[in-house]
Amino acid sequence: MVFAPSAPDKRLDILGDAGESAGRSRMNAAVLMRITRMAFRHRARMAVAILATVLAAVFQLFVPQLLGRAVDQAQGLIGQAGAQAVEPSVAEAALLTTALLLLSASVLRGLATMMQNYQGEAVGQIIAYELRLAFYRQLQCLSASWRDRVHSGDLITRGMLDVEGVRLWVSTGVLRMVLLSVLIGGGAVILFQIDALLAAIALSMVPIIGVRASVARLKLREAWLALQEEMSLLTRVMEENLAGIRVVRAFAASAYEMSRFDRISERARQVSARRIALFVSSTTQMTFIYFIVMGLVLWVGGQKVLDGAITLGQLTEFLGFMLILQMPVRQIGWMVNSIARASTCGGRLFAVLDLVPSIADGPDARPLPPGKGVLRFQNVSFTYKGRRQDRPTLSGIDFEAKPGTMIGIVGPPGSGKSTIASLIGRTYDVDSGAITIDGMDIRQATVASVREAVAVVQQQSFLFTASLEHNIAYGAPWSDRANIERSAGASQLHDYINRLPGDYRTLVGERGVSLSGGQKQRLAIARGILPDSRIIVFDDATAAVDAVTEQRIRQAIASAMADRTVIVIAHRLTSLMHADEILFLEEGRIVERGSHAVLVALNGRYADLYRLQTREAGRPAPDAEAAS
Amino acid sequence: MTGAPQLGRNERPNPPPLAVVGSQTSQDEEIFGRAYDPWVVRRFLRYLAPYRRQLMLGIGAIVIFIAMQLAVPLVVRAAIDRALAGPEAGAALLQLACAVFFAVVTISYIANHVMEFVVGRVAQALLFDLRRAMYAHLQKVSLTFMDKTETGRLMSRLQGDVGALQEFLESSIYAIGDLLLLVGIIVVTLSLDPVLGGLTLLVVPALFAVRAVWLPLARQSFMRARETQSATNAALAETVHGVRTIQELQREDLNFTLFDAKAGDNLRAQLSASKYTNIMVPIVDTLMGVAMATVVIVGGGLALDDALDIGVVVAFLFYVQRFFDPIRSLTLQYSVMQRAMSAGQRIFEVLDVEIDVNDAPDAIDLDRAPARDDAERGAVELRNVTFGYNRNQPILRDVSLRAAAGETVALVGATGSGKTSIAALAHRFYDVWEGAVLIDGHDVRSVTQASLARTVGMVLQDPFLFSGTIYENIRYASEGADREAVIAAATAVGLHRVIESLPDGYETVLEESGGGLSLGQRQLISFARALVADTRILILDEATASIDSYTEREIQKALAILLKGRTALVIAHRLATIRGADRIVVLQDGQVIESGSHAELAAAGGAYSRLNQMNYASFDDIEAKPA
Repeated sequence: MVFAPSAPDKRLDILGDAGESAGRSRMNAAVLMRITRMAFRHRARMAVAILATVLAAVFQLFVPQLLGRAVDQAQGLIGQAGAQAVEPSVAEAALLTTALLLLSASVLRGLATMMQNYQGEAVGQIIAYELRLAFYRQLQCLSASWRDRVHSGDLITRGMLDVEGVRLWVSTGVLRMVLLSVLIGGGAVILFQIDALLAAIALSMVPIIGVRASVARLKLREAWLALQEEMSLLTRVMEENLAGIRVVRAFAASAYEMSRFDRISERARQVSARRIALFVSSTTQMTFIYFIVMGLVLWVGGQKVLDGAITLGQLTEFLGFMLILQMPVRQIGWMVNSIARASTCGGRLFAVLDLVPSIADGPDARPLPPGKGVLRFQNVSFTYKGRRQDRPTLSGIDFEAKPGTMIGIVGPPGSGKSTIASLIGRTYDVDSGAITIDGMDIRQATVASVREAVAVVQQQSFLFTASLEHNIAYGAPWSDRANIERSAGASQLHDYINRLPGDYRTLVGERGVSLSGGQKQRLAIARGILPDSRIIVFDDATAAVDAVTEQRIRQAIASAMADRTVIVIAHRLTSLMHADEILFLEEGRIVERGSHAVLVALNGRYADLYRLQTREAGRPAPDAEAAS
Repeated sequence: MTGAPQLGRNERPNPPPLAVVGSQTSQDEEIFGRAYDPWVVRRFLRYLAPYRRQLMLGIGAIVIFIAMQLAVPLVVRAAIDRALAGPEAGAALLQLACAVFFAVVTISYIANHVMEFVVGRVAQALLFDLRRAMYAHLQKVSLTFMDKTETGRLMSRLQGDVGALQEFLESSIYAIGDLLLLVGIIVVTLSLDPVLGGLTLLVVPALFAVRAVWLPLARQSFMRARETQSATNAALAETVHGVRTIQELQREDLNFTLFDAKAGDNLRAQLSASKYTNIMVPIVDTLMGVAMATVVIVGGGLALDDALDIGVVVAFLFYVQRFFDPIRSLTLQYSVMQRAMSAGQRIFEVLDVEIDVNDAPDAIDLDRAPARDDAERGAVELRNVTFGYNRNQPILRDVSLRAAAGETVALVGATGSGKTSIAALAHRFYDVWEGAVLIDGHDVRSVTQASLARTVGMVLQDPFLFSGTIYENIRYASEGADREAVIAAATAVGLHRVIESLPDGYETVLEESGGGLSLGQRQLISFARALVADTRILILDEATASIDSYTEREIQKALAILLKGRTALVIAHRLATIRGADRIVVLQDGQVIESGSHAELAAAGGAYSRLNQMNYASFDDIEAKPA
């Protein structure tokens, strides 16, 4: 028996940046630069967005000044720092002007902010769209040797959450940084001109809150990631319990399962509580610091008003300035967090996008020459990368399959049968030796032409959540109904489909019809024979189909595909005993070969297996001639 | 606009290909209904009862917090009018005012901390409580319910829906705060100066009106953005899972075109949603500008005439800044409530699913109850059983069969003949409609379920492994079993050497439902699990169809060990098992049609001998004859 537990090297090194899962948040300047460059490729939008941001900040800065001026004017003081006292009517006119300016500043600020937000969001969404497409394209062309070592859940996370992480930074992070710089810079210039001490006090909240917020945010992020980990564990426990409910009931294990649930749930609850405590103390503290600073401004500023150093209006201006700066300063923490997130998310995305597919067309790849599908294995050896093995998966495999003939491949589990199927479809490349189709090495041919020439029907084929028709026509979406029905007919599925209320339009899967194991395999066969390839490989494709149906399928395919090259891999001998040549595989080598009659006469391993299977059946096996 | 999908190489304009990427997601979980459902709220409140005092504390803290927030501008006002501008202006009063200010913000800080902490903790506790209640209930509800409900759907109850109720609780409590703040601002401004207050507050109804018009329009656009996003993600996930088939069948280009169309739809929907979000910004800013201008003109004018203290003008400017926050949260509250009500309905629906298999009040313990007589101990019997899953569609009709102590009875028949139902009934997964199932001569309805499970073990056709170590999987719920018992079981089924050869041995962690193990090995682990549980009676759904001859040999050997000395009902698929059984029962359309030993039945010329003649390697794929 071949025991293949999950090896520690299942995850690829390049994907080893466990920053996201291990809760470390490393900054990576190169990644951030690359994201920023992507953003600035949309030059016009970014220019508009940045201009709008600067304008929004400038108009925002007018507001406290105007408020301060209004307070002085309301006391009948006019001019720089309420320099002169005037008549009430003059003051009233001045108030009217201030009010209009205030209204204009607000409206303009609103419009500029709208532009800033919208354009920022647009650039972010466009980049997300571009990244999604690039990721999708890459996903479809990366080779199996790479995919074997990556969790599918991990790939989905990259395509969904990591794209979002990058998008958020582009949409809001970059522009908020601009906004904050202008607000603080401009505000400092204005306030220091009025009163240095007071300005220093008011602005002291910026570094204090900024640093605290950043530290708290990074801690929160770690707590959040820890919580995510606990939650995904809890999810798995719940999912398994529900999916395996019959086992749970059979062993009356609900108490055991509840204690398992409680243990993990309790851990998640503790992590969640820690997160709440962190969040609450950091937000409330920031508010507290803000108000303390405001109190100091009131105190010191009030003293200065009493001393006549500044006017009441100017004090109001200070307070107003603190009011508008409150939100942006609190967002410093958010920004630091989003930088950290964008950096890890971007890193993880680019790790996939930058991979070079190992199976791709070379510069001088040509399509396969036209032909009938002569398949030849010449001294082929192959080992799976990254798997610890003491022997090659395949070595010295040599055979030829001609159009109109059938090769059968049989052998114990782990002997390399399915690997042969994968090599023919160029899911992997051979280590040494060569595979040729109609005389051309498939590594020199374009991948597309090889896969067009070869159809592989797997034991466990993936069914898409779509109609039966869509699933059958998956490899030939422009087929007409007659062809689809012919394929379904040959795989003995047509009658069944016809009886369904929605016939070929019936959905497969959760919301549609659920197919039995045998029906799924028959669907895969229909799908495999529809594109009319030169070579067709059945990789244990009828294991779950009963013997009578299998025989009907075989006859239908034999008459429809009389001139094709057929490879049948199976462990049920009735599936391949009528093949022109049978290869018996053991530990990656062909140990016996010949027709059924020859192999039975050889009285070796094949004959042994044949006896095992026929004794099981309780009577002599049907004659090979009769079956074909 | 870059959103326009481009034509791929594969694209031919006419006719359209028979192709989609990603499933057509159904929206039935997203339907928005009523925002207030008294039934849901009543049920919900029951879960809040244990936290009543904490909630009171939280609400008290909110009231104090809001009062302090309202007080801040008033203190500033007092500082200006008394300490800076009044007749008694001076440092002493200023210090007093500042002391009051610091006191107010300190109290505010404490109240804020208490409120955030309590609300966060209670909402979290509620989330965990609800999830646990639902999960615990699902451990007991009938399998009929579990059979027809998809795991994914239950998971979204256990996660998304409880999350919606958590959000509802949090936002409801904050909504109280928002409401208080809004009312507080209105009361304070009106009492500071009715004229100025009245004029300034005109923007409040204006804000409400604008949002009332905007929200329904915007919500549609937001939903569209969410839908297209999940459609795009679904397509991506499907491609991840099916990529091998995609590459083999050369669907890359067409899929890319289809995905591009979905991603492009999403981009457009997101941009439209963003327009809706941002159109509010200048509107709100304009209304805020109007309010400030009003304060400046009216308030400033009044102050000039000495009809109003200048500090009041400053206080007003503070209050104006706070108008919008509570209004925005309060209008958003509506969708939160809608979501919570439909989530609550779904949660309580699950919690209300009846538990139909229960211990009778006078249920006896099988281990202690004396068997009627010695012949009954270890016997399994179905007596005139009629049973089905849907009313009026009986699966079993008047079935009687009996396995005496130590006997192995094979159940044979086509899919749908009722084999699996018999196995399920013997373990009381369901209750019979008519007749009775007897274990040790006792009706299964008269014994406790726990003792029944200690007596009757079960091995399912599809071996189910949990994530965890091999050791944990073999021991599973038999927590009393020690390491020796686990090793002995693994040795008995022929797995010990294989497990020992792994670097981590028994501590090897299995991933995603036993991935990395062959089907045969998984089946052997489930055999070992049953050996550790060591029940007197075993119900066994034999190995799957697609096991190869080599593995089958191992399975047959293990099976012989497993069945030794036990009473067994085996749903048999393989001739080897069938022939080894003491007796064979052939089922057809829910009735026993033949019963006897292999030799007897093969010679009888009935259904069994016909099946035998057809040389099936396995009996389980014979499809039921079309009705």
